[in-house]
Amino acid sequence: MSTYAAPLKDMQFAIAGFAGLEGITALPGCGEVSAELVEAVLTEAGKFAQGVLDPLNHSGDRQGAQWRDGGVSAPAGFKEAYAQFAAAGWNGLAASTDYGGQGLPHCIALPLQEMWNSANMAFCLCPMLTTGVQEALTHHGSQSLLDTFMPKLVSGEWTGTMNLTEPQAGSDLSAVRSRAVPEGNHYRIQGTKIFITWGEHDMAENIVHLVLARLPDAPEGVKGISMFVVPKFLVNADGSRGARNDIRCVSIEHKLGIHGSPTCVLAYGDNGGAIGYLVGEANRGLEYMFTMMNHARLGVGMEGVGIAERAYQHALGYARTRVQGRAIGQRSGDRVTIIHHPDVRRMLMTMRAQTEAMRALGYLAAGELDRARRHPDADIRARHQARLDLLTPVVKGWCTELAVEIASLGVQIHGGMGFVEETGAAQYLRDARITTIYEGTTGIQANDLIGRKVGAEKGAAALGLVAEMRALDAALAAAGTPLAPARAVFTEAVDGLEAATRWLVDHYRAQPEAAAAVAVPYLKLFGTVAGGWLMARAALIARERRDAPGADRAFLDAKLATACFYLEHLLPQAGALSRTVTLGAASTLALEPDAF
Amino acid sequence: MKVLVTVKRVIDPYVKVRVKSDGTGVETANVKMAMNPFCEIAVEQAVRMKEAGIVTEIVAVSIGAPQCQETLRTAMAMGADRGILVETGAADVQPLAVAKLVKAIIDKEQPKLVIMGKQAIDDDSNQAGQMVSALLGWPQSAFTSAIAVNGDSADVTREIDGGLEKLTIRLPAVVTTDLRLNEPRYVTLPNIMKAKKKPLEVLKPEALGVDVAPRLKTLKVEEPPKRSAGVKVADVAELVAKLRNEARVI
Repeated sequence: MSTYAAPLKDMQFAIAGFAGLEGITALPGCGEVSAELVEAVLTEAGKFAQGVLDPLNHSGDRQGAQWRDGGVSAPAGFKEAYAQFAAAGWNGLAASTDYGGQGLPHCIALPLQEMWNSANMAFCLCPMLTTGVQEALTHHGSQSLLDTFMPKLVSGEWTGTMNLTEPQAGSDLSAVRSRAVPEGNHYRIQGTKIFITWGEHDMAENIVHLVLARLPDAPEGVKGISMFVVPKFLVNADGSRGARNDIRCVSIEHKLGIHGSPTCVLAYGDNGGAIGYLVGEANRGLEYMFTMMNHARLGVGMEGVGIAERAYQHALGYARTRVQGRAIGQRSGDRVTIIHHPDVRRMLMTMRAQTEAMRALGYLAAGELDRARRHPDADIRARHQARLDLLTPVVKGWCTELAVEIASLGVQIHGGMGFVEETGAAQYLRDARITTIYEGTTGIQANDLIGRKVGAEKGAAALGLVAEMRALDAALAAAGTPLAPARAVFTEAVDGLEAATRWLVDHYRAQPEAAAAVAVPYLKLFGTVAGGWLMARAALIARERRDAPGADRAFLDAKLATACFYLEHLLPQAGALSRTVTLGAASTLALEPDAF
Repeated sequence: MKVLVTVKRVIDPYVKVRVKSDGTGVETANVKMAMNPFCEIAVEQAVRMKEAGIVTEIVAVSIGAPQCQETLRTAMAMGADRGILVETGAADVQPLAVAKLVKAIIDKEQPKLVIMGKQAIDDDSNQAGQMVSALLGWPQSAFTSAIAVNGDSADVTREIDGGLEKLTIRLPAVVTTDLRLNEPRYVTLPNIMKAKKKPLEVLKPEALGVDVAPRLKTLKVEEPPKRSAGVKVADVAELVAKLRNEARVI
C-alpha cells in the first residue's frame, strides 16, 4: 500500500493562480486569510489525512459498513477517526462563526475536501453531507431550527444526510411520494427513502435528516415538494438529545464501491409518523435542495479530483518499484522499474495532467463561489455567480468522468496486480464509479449545462468564457518554445468550443431532442477546453516564475512539462468532441427505441 | 511553572533527501520542511503538562531562518503560549552555538524546565541538549521516555543501552525527548487560527551576545553507498564460512 501525501505545492499553486487567493483575502470576512494561513491549514490537514484517514481506507473497503437489527456500525476505526476529525474542528471550517465555525472561504474548504477524498472517500462523505445540511439550513431554515441544529452540526457531534430518492423517484424527483401531515408545531412524516448515504451509523450521537416529502394538499410534480428536518433523536427544549424518532434503517446496500459508507434504506413513520419540522416555506423543497445540491456537486467534483490524485500516487509508487523488462532498445543489462517504459510514462502523465487540470478548474470554481457569496458589490457577485453556475455541472460531470478513466489507468499501470484487490488499485476505480452517478448523473449535469447554463441565455456565459480563453493567445504567441506548437492546438480547441456552443444555442429551442443527444459530448468538450485553458495559464505562470531568484524550478518545470503534455495529448480531443456535437445528434437518434 | 521548549525546522521526514551536486550539503531549497519529530514530542510533553495543571506557561524557541516562524506557529498551534525566534539567516548554526543561544534565552526567561528533542533528524548531532545543561550547570535527562514532576524535582525514565534508567533529578533541569515519551497530537483548526494571534518575538544572536560563527568544517557530504545485491548460500556451513572468511565478523 502506498501512503497518501497531500500535493501541497500544486494545491497552493492552484489556490493562488486559479481560485485567486489574493483577491479573496480582500473580501469581507476574509481578513485572517493569507498565503501563510493557507499553507498552515493545508499542511496540518494533510497530516491528518495521511495519518488518520488514509490508513483506514483499504481496511474500511474490505470490511464495509455492517447492518444488524436496524443499527449500522461503521468499519473498524472509523468512529474513533470521526471523533478526532470533529474534535480537530475540520467539520466547521467554512461554517459561520455564529455557530462555532471558522468562517473560512471555499478556496480553502474545497482543497481540504479533495484531501479527505483522496485519503478516504467513504469516510469523507459523512462530513460532506453534514456540511450540506448546514448549508441548506443556513439559507432556508428558521432561527429556531438554526439554533437547535447548527451548533451540533458545525461541531460534528451530529451528522447530516440528504433524503431525496425513493424507489420510483431517482433522477425524476417529481415522483416523490413521502407524506408529511401537519400536527401542532411539527409534521408527521411517512415514506421510504433509499440510497441515503450515512443514513444510519454509530459514529455520532444523532443524525439530522433533510427529507423531501409532500403535504396533504400539495400540487402534483416538483412544485409540491417540501423540505423537512427529521432528526434520528428528537431534541429536548434544553438542546439535549430526546426520544428516538420513528425512523428505521431497514437495510443497507451491497455495492460496487465506497463500502465503508453505509447506503441506507430508511423507513419513516412505520409507528405513526416521524416528527419533522418544515424548512422554509411549503412546496419549495426542491428549490431549497438545489442550493445545497449545487454546492454538493462541486464537492462531488472534488471527490473526482481526490480519487484521481490518490490513484495517481498509488500507480506512481508501483511504477517506481516494480521491476519488469529491460529499457526499450536494450538487449542486455539490468532490468528496470516500469516507470522507465514510455507507455507507462504516458499513462502516468495522462493521470497527472488531467488531475492537475481538474484541480485547477475545481479551485477556480471555489474562488468564484467565494466572490459570489462575499463580494460587497451586487453586480460583481452576480457576475461570479453566473460563472459559477456555468462551471458547476462541468466540475461535477467532467472531473468525475475523468476520475473513472484515471483510476482505470491506475489499474492498468499495475497490470494483472491491479486486477487483484490486494494491491489496492482496484478500490479507487470502484470508489470512483459512483461519482458520475450521485448528485445528478453526468447526463443530468450535461442537460443542466446545455439548458439553464447555455441554451437559456443564448450562450452568453459560455461565450464570455470563450472570449476570455481567446485573450490568452497573445501570451501563448509570445511564450515561444515549448508552448509554440501547442498554441495552434489551443486555438483550434477554443474554436471548437465556440462552434459547438453556437450550434447548441441555435438548436436548443428548435430541436431540444437533438441538443440533449449531444449534451454529454458538449460537457466533455467544455471540460477538456477549460482544462487546456487553465493548463496553458499554468504553463505561462511557470515559465515566468522559473527564473526568479529562489524559484522552485523542479516544481515549475514539471508544471510546464505537464501542461505541454495536456495541450498535446489531451486538448486535441476537443476537435473531435466539437465535431460530435455539431454532427452527431441525428445518428444518436436515428435508431427508434423499437429498433434496438 | 514555566517550561521552555526548543523546536528545529528540518526537512520533512517524508521527503527523500538529496545531496547537493557540489557535495557541500543537502538540498533544502524548495524542499518541504517540518518540525523535527523529536521537537514535536518536546512540545507535546509541555502541552500535556500544562493540561495537567503542572505547567503555567510554555515558551517555544527556534533558531534559524525567518521561515522558522512557521515552525513556531505550529508549536503554538499545538499549545505553546508564545514563541521566540533567534534569526540567524541562512548560516549553519552548530550545536554549541545553538546551546549558547538557548542558554542566553533561558537566562532571560528563567524556566524551571527545558524540554528539547534528543536530536534533530537532519544532522543527528545529539549534542545541543547536553551542551545546554553543561553551560547552565543544570541536571540533565537525555533520551527521556517518561517524566513526572514532584515539586522541585522530577522522576524521569531514560532509554539507555540495555534497558531503562530511572532517576530523580533536581529542577531546574534539561530534558531531551525520546520517541516513546508521547505521541504528538494533530493540530486542530481553531488552534491554528489562535496561534496566529499569539506573540512571537524575533531576536538576533548579537542581541544575545552570542557568536554563532561555525567552529566545525564540513569537508564533504555524499550519499551512502548503494546496497549491492545479496547472494544465496546453500547451507549454514557456507554462511558461517562467508561470515568468517569474507566478512570477518565471527
